[in-house]
Amino acid sequence: MATRARKTKTAVKKLRTASEVTWRDMEVGSILTDAGNASLRRTGDWRSERPILDKEKCNKCGLCWLYCPDAAVDACEDGYYEINLYSCKGCGICAEICPKEAITMIEEEEE
Amino acid sequence: MSKRVALEASHACSEAVRMADTDVIAAYPITPQTHVPERLAEMVADGELDAEYVPVESEHSAMSACCGASAVGARAFTTTAGVGLELMHEVLYVASSMRYPIVMVICNRALSAPLSVWCDHSDVMSVRDTGWIQVFCQNNQEAFDMTLWAFRVGEDAKVLFPVMVHFDGFTLSHVTEAMFLPEQEEVDRFLPKKRQYQFALDPDKPMTHGAFGPPDMYTESKISQEVAFRKSKELIVQGWKEFGEIFGRYYYPVEPYKAEGAKTLLLMMGSLSETAQLVVDRKREKGESVGLISLRLWRPFPFEELRQAVKDAETIVVFDRCISFGGPGGPVFSEVRSALYGIERMPKVVGFVGGLGGRDVPMKDIEYAFDRGREVAEKGSEEIFETVGVRGKVEGIREPKGVYLPAK
Amino acid sequence: MAQEYIKFGKNLVSTKEILAEGHNFCIGCGEALAMRLACKAIGENMIIAMATGCDEVCTTPLPVTSWRVPWLHTLFENVGAEISGVEVGLKALMRKGKIPERDIKCIGMAGDGATSDIGVQALSGAIERGHNFLYICWDNEAYMNTGIQRSSSTPYGASTTTAPAGKVSIGQKTRKKNMVEICVAHDIPYAATACPSYPFDLMNKVKKGAEVKGPAYVHILCPCCTGWRYPSKITIQMGRLAVETGIFPLYEVENGRYRLNVDRPTLKPVEEYLKPQGRYRHLTDKDIQEIQEMVNEDYAKLKARIACFSAA
Repeated sequence: MATRARKTKTAVKKLRTASEVTWRDMEVGSILTDAGNASLRRTGDWRSERPILDKEKCNKCGLCWLYCPDAAVDACEDGYYEINLYSCKGCGICAEICPKEAITMIEEEEE
Repeated sequence: MSKRVALEASHACSEAVRMADTDVIAAYPITPQTHVPERLAEMVADGELDAEYVPVESEHSAMSACCGASAVGARAFTTTAGVGLELMHEVLYVASSMRYPIVMVICNRALSAPLSVWCDHSDVMSVRDTGWIQVFCQNNQEAFDMTLWAFRVGEDAKVLFPVMVHFDGFTLSHVTEAMFLPEQEEVDRFLPKKRQYQFALDPDKPMTHGAFGPPDMYTESKISQEVAFRKSKELIVQGWKEFGEIFGRYYYPVEPYKAEGAKTLLLMMGSLSETAQLVVDRKREKGESVGLISLRLWRPFPFEELRQAVKDAETIVVFDRCISFGGPGGPVFSEVRSALYGIERMPKVVGFVGGLGGRDVPMKDIEYAFDRGREVAEKGSEEIFETVGVRGKVEGIREPKGVYLPAK
Repeated sequence: MAQEYIKFGKNLVSTKEILAEGHNFCIGCGEALAMRLACKAIGENMIIAMATGCDEVCTTPLPVTSWRVPWLHTLFENVGAEISGVEVGLKALMRKGKIPERDIKCIGMAGDGATSDIGVQALSGAIERGHNFLYICWDNEAYMNTGIQRSSSTPYGASTTTAPAGKVSIGQKTRKKNMVEICVAHDIPYAATACPSYPFDLMNKVKKGAEVKGPAYVHILCPCCTGWRYPSKITIQMGRLAVETGIFPLYEVENGRYRLNVDRPTLKPVEEYLKPQGRYRHLTDKDIQEIQEMVNEDYAKLKARIACFSAA
């Protein structure tokens, strides 16, 4: 179970795309007041490879969490880590950096 | 009780900045504006003004620093002239689009090349489209009044646009005139000491200022800015009314002088208007039907007020202090003509250019503009505009008949 | 002199993500990682002024933003001036009692192009005036966001689109501009180099820079898989090799006193770093030898400076 909030289907619906925004909706100076709303964007769609974490080999060192440019690794309460597939772009850094080779990259399948 | 003092326009607007309790001054010295930052630096050094004075390393940085300060909710001021205004050109658009109510005083100066530190309006005309509220001053009293008013109107939550206060370099910036300074208590009634700004950058309420605009968002952003900019005219006029009620001096977007019923009107901006007033008086004594219109509000352009002021006239003579190379006449001339296009009984509009690079415009040149303007209105001309005060015959500023004035 | 390091260990790193995911950085972007770590080091109590570049474009495409702290962007070359304005604005408002007094960190962030080329003037002015801010330069060694054009931070021999390797050119003909030395020449209280491949060193330095009174400058090498042309998964290894070969030494300068943070008895040959990168694939053995000699020379110069102005 992840300690960080996961994106639910409801949260996804809240993200307004540009095509829904009229000129009247623009804030003064096009200022954005909804801090961090980019987290609702599904960059997981970018992937062509996905990381698979083997808990047997994992030693909970946390380097995958530390080195992910997309903050797409969640710390779980039991100390293990979980890949957040909503945001993971499949760069493979976690697989390369894991000292226990507990992460492997497999090809993303067609859904 | 107002105090009667003798000040240069530079020092007058510095007094306004001080009385407005400005928080941040980021300015770069450039002739003929230097007396403004010098006086302000002196005030800060002597503790007369509690502000952060930032001696930035260029005008581009001056406006950038003002944007940063304005973004956190500080009252920011800067000043420049001529090529200094050009150097900060891209930041001007940003200040307006991001709706930072920065106040900037411009001591109008000609643009290079050749290098000129003297007065003309080429710097003003190059920033027409930047989205800044722009006003002209005719004398030092107005330099003080407009600077003070600028803080008030720019910071209004329904406006939130930066304001440029223009006055002629050297002619006003370095000339001492008698004027009135109000009491601090009166200023405080007009302008609160603390800026009210709900979008201030604050870690407790994180906001993003200046996100980038992809093609599917940029248009909406610009239209939102334009609609707000046009709506601000109402509050500009309202702000002047409130100013008048407290300080006793009333200002209007277009200020006619003996224009009621006059057949020929001269339209001018800046300090030359006061010289033109003397010419109008002299001509009217001789029985000529002439008058003057001083354009005070340049942006947003005062369409209704201009049309109202010229409704009885047959000819408008526009005197520009700037050339728009290869364009349809001087900038103000072409805007006035465009603003009057299609109205019932559109007067003839004739253009003159003079006073470039600090060239003096004596009364006889203004008289010439009136007389020759009337002649051109009657007989037409192949020239788009005539240059007043140039040595040597000028040919070649021509357009075919029918483009400039209707073909007979 | 005992050094006061703010120690970062895995469990001492904040789990709060100031830079929200969902941004547009390329997969495996070294800059995205550096930014994420730097923000963790500084904490939420900051205001960021950022320049146009990968950093700004990838994090704030209207109508979304990745920023969970107050953030400002105007133009490309003016972060130095902008952050000066933010700093004095806060100072004036707090001194005059218009806002409550707090310690808010003013952080300027810009890429190498926005810093060492078009932004040098504004940065120099801001440091000279002594504003209290931290300036972080994300150095991916070219104008990456606009398509890999050369900057004065592009290293000798690298191929970029405006200094491409060709039949009569090696690519970049000049050597990398040393921004840290330029800052040190301004008598800056703190300047340092960092790399996200050494995350705790990076976070340590960013935090130090943010806490120092007066200007501070941290120059972070950000490996860029798109511009340097290597597979995204080896971003961390690329950063490590840059340091281990001596091409990008990790050091800090506190009030003119130097300290080398990572040293090796022998440096790895530069070839190990250059070979995996497509931007260097045109280099002949002779070119690589030339680069090796340049690196040896620069490293020796740095060691000499360190010996002369040691922080110990």
